[in-house]
Amino acid sequence: MTVQQVLFFLFGAIALGAAIGMVTARKVFHAALWMLLAFFGVAGLYVLLEAPFFAAAQLFVYMGAIGVLIIYAIMLTRGMMRQRLPRVNDQWWFAGLLAAALLVVLAWLVWQHPWATTTAAAPADSLNRLGLTLVDPEGFALPFEVASVLLVMALIGAVTIVRER
Amino acid sequence: MTIRQLLEILTVLIPLPPFLAFAFIVLFFNRWKRLSHSIAIGAMALSFLMAQIVFWTVIGWGGEALYEHPIAVQVPWLPSGDEVLSMGVMVDPLTAITLFFVSITCLAIFIYSVGYMHGDPRYSRFFAYISLFATGMLGLTVADNLLMLFIFWEIMGLCSYLLIGFWFEKPSAYRAAIKAFLTTRIGDVIMLLGIAYLYSQTGTLSFAAILRDEAVLHELAVTPSVISGLSVAAAVGLLLFAGTVGKSAQFPLHVWLPDAMEGPTPVSAMIHAATMVSAGVYMVVRMFPLLAVGMEGAVGTPPMVAMAIIGSFTAFFAATIAVAQDDIKRVLAYSTISQLAYMVAALGIGAYVAAAFHLVTHAFFKALLFLGSGSVIIGAHHEQDMMEMGGLRKRMPVTFWTFLIGGFALSGFPILTAGFWSKDEILAYAWHLNPVVFWVLAAGALLTAFYTMRQICLTFLGEPRGEHAEHAHETPWVMTGPLVVLALFALFFGFVGVPEEFPVLGELIGYNWFHHFVGATVGELLHHLPGPESFNPVPLAISVVAALGGLTLGWLVYGRRPLKAGETDPLARWLGPVHTVLKNKYYIDELYHFVFIRPTVWLAGAVFRWFDRGLIDGILHGIARLGEILGIANRWVHTYVIDGGVVDGSAKVVGATGRELRQVLQTGQVQHYLLQVLMFLCAFALLYILFF
Amino acid sequence: MVPLQWYLVLSAALFCVGLYAVLARRNAISILMGIELMLNAVNINLLAFWRYTQPEAAVGQAFAAFVYAVAAAEVAVGLALIVSIYRNRETVDVDEINLLKW
Repeated sequence: MTVQQVLFFLFGAIALGAAIGMVTARKVFHAALWMLLAFFGVAGLYVLLEAPFFAAAQLFVYMGAIGVLIIYAIMLTRGMMRQRLPRVNDQWWFAGLLAAALLVVLAWLVWQHPWATTTAAAPADSLNRLGLTLVDPEGFALPFEVASVLLVMALIGAVTIVRER
Repeated sequence: MTIRQLLEILTVLIPLPPFLAFAFIVLFFNRWKRLSHSIAIGAMALSFLMAQIVFWTVIGWGGEALYEHPIAVQVPWLPSGDEVLSMGVMVDPLTAITLFFVSITCLAIFIYSVGYMHGDPRYSRFFAYISLFATGMLGLTVADNLLMLFIFWEIMGLCSYLLIGFWFEKPSAYRAAIKAFLTTRIGDVIMLLGIAYLYSQTGTLSFAAILRDEAVLHELAVTPSVISGLSVAAAVGLLLFAGTVGKSAQFPLHVWLPDAMEGPTPVSAMIHAATMVSAGVYMVVRMFPLLAVGMEGAVGTPPMVAMAIIGSFTAFFAATIAVAQDDIKRVLAYSTISQLAYMVAALGIGAYVAAAFHLVTHAFFKALLFLGSGSVIIGAHHEQDMMEMGGLRKRMPVTFWTFLIGGFALSGFPILTAGFWSKDEILAYAWHLNPVVFWVLAAGALLTAFYTMRQICLTFLGEPRGEHAEHAHETPWVMTGPLVVLALFALFFGFVGVPEEFPVLGELIGYNWFHHFVGATVGELLHHLPGPESFNPVPLAISVVAALGGLTLGWLVYGRRPLKAGETDPLARWLGPVHTVLKNKYYIDELYHFVFIRPTVWLAGAVFRWFDRGLIDGILHGIARLGEILGIANRWVHTYVIDGGVVDGSAKVVGATGRELRQVLQTGQVQHYLLQVLMFLCAFALLYILFF
Repeated sequence: MVPLQWYLVLSAALFCVGLYAVLARRNAISILMGIELMLNAVNINLLAFWRYTQPEAAVGQAFAAFVYAVAAAEVAVGLALIVSIYRNRETVDVDEINLLKW
């Protein structure tokens, strides 16, 4: 077993374990903390995948921005936390069953499919290439611009929705 | 920057101003009515200007030159796998001429709306909608691929829904909107299938890559499709034509268009003259090389045969209904169906240029007629029943004269009107290619002239038969102005397409500009299309006789001795039950209601009752019941065998499970629905794994 | 090197855990967190495919970047909706948010 494989298991275990912790946590706030840990595990996997940019973005965007945003939202709706409600709805066992079934199906599909993989190393300038592709008119320049419009619209939309009337 | 580059930029920009107008009105200026209509008209005027610049410049180049080097811009949209999906614009001769008439009629309608919609509570919203509508049409016109065409096509579908139901307080209006939306949807879905099929076969949807490439067309024509006996080209052609049947209201999907008259009259003019219904025909004209590929001499391909049959049938069929209608706008609606059918039939027999020509002239005179009828409706205080009108000639002179011109153009009054030239060309081709189509269309022409005269006489001549008509007044200049402009086009536009062989006039003008310019759109194919080699006076004479005969007949019945108030339609007396059938549009709405709508509603109810309540709930209740019975049985057995505490509990657990399962299925909660989705996903995955 | 299947199975597992949260949790914020987890799983997939099939092309990475943008937009609007609902109805329990039921 190579070092990479050991690291994969380490980060994979962190991500998966934290994810399970997230969905089983009794308090929403704890769930949010578990979620941050899961994001961290995923960031580690990105490093293993030789996508350091995404590992960093994972830390900034998910753990930083989205994590903080979610914790804010939990604080803003804290009245909820005082109520004693079951954390799951009535269908939780069936949902769990089906999710497990889906996992079995997916895993089976993944396993039996002969993937045509390459062992080529990732190019050293992959981030460079990503940047060029994103602004290349022959590539993703238009979707890229549209994505920025989407973000602005989401921002304005979010402000509009939560504004006190 | 060369002129070509400038034109490329202009073409890209053409659909943009109305869209911006739409966004700005909806987002910011909803409250200011004058500002809203200024923005909408200003934006439309800008588009008009750009469209005209493009049109007049490419005219200078000539059709063949434009065919060789069309104005074309493409941007890659999304690279997906090996293919890059491109979006772009293209101007070839057909696009140019379409831009020309669409921008003129749209601008006229915009200006006219200021007068017509005056005082409406949702005035700004109206201008926002028609701006979006104009975007749809202009975008569809300049689109260079089928997907983009379809997107704009659907934008128009949405706008037509919104606009037909604009006065949604009226139940008839919102019903008409839903009817229009659902009916055209049938055609659209089939059309989308055609597009998908075409894409799967060629890997592209670009017009240039499909229609201008002999090899691709030939490949499509010889490849058999999934339906035996049809080539891929024929199958795709038939599927696409279904889109036209829906959008251009051809039989059997024509039922939505007359009901769409519930919308404001400028909308009727826009949807039923200048834009949306033309879009249906425009699409098949555009795709004609694909529809016609594999044509041998005068024998049409399967899509062409379908078009010839449906077109000629609808042309006659709709004309007969129009004869017996009393609502001023409904007459026009049926006449629109009938005229569009002329174009479809013309394409069906291979008269490509004639179809395009009639598309343009029809847009002018039908927009004129609709706007004229709107002027009558406003002038006569929202009276739409022609039986209540009469005597408006003196009271509304401008409207009368322009309406007369429009009506004569519709009837194909010889020489003087545009409608004559286009209709005559269709008839001349039909005479040469298919006598059955010719006689049906000629009979339709006779009826057309008749009902047009009937309409003019009932509306404008004689004495007022109703309170409203008595106090009618001429409408303001914002409404009559567009009428006059459109009337000029309805009169003179025909002279750009006078056949060179036509006696006297043909020599005088000497050049059939329209034929050469628009004909160039299909390149070489034009010369392979069959057509009359020389001038033939017989179809001309028949067409003139039909037009004049119909008008005279109409005059004899309705004009010579105008109807008095309270008098019944003389046609109703003579035709008796036939008239009743016509007046009720052959009871097709009732038929559809009986055959499609009732069973659908019934099925939905039945599914709800039996499947949902009976089957699903029944199964779940059954499970619960079974559990309880088992539990009780268990209990009964166990009470005597062992002490029964646990057993009692188990029955309860099973019962509770059943109740829970039932809650899972029908609660209205999104998580439960998601769960069901997942359930079926897993089930299908299981099926896949087991059997494939 | 780690086989591609490992990544795919792991991402499938994360996806299913997230799916479970979406299906079973009552708190709307927890559901949103579940969605974030699912999006993360998708991203692992995208990057793994990029790395193992076409590392020289940047398409897979580009899609992952778009997923980031969409996720950020989604969470902003989603949380705004939740806060707004909480303000109006004093609850974030999705079992009680069923106004669109019929």
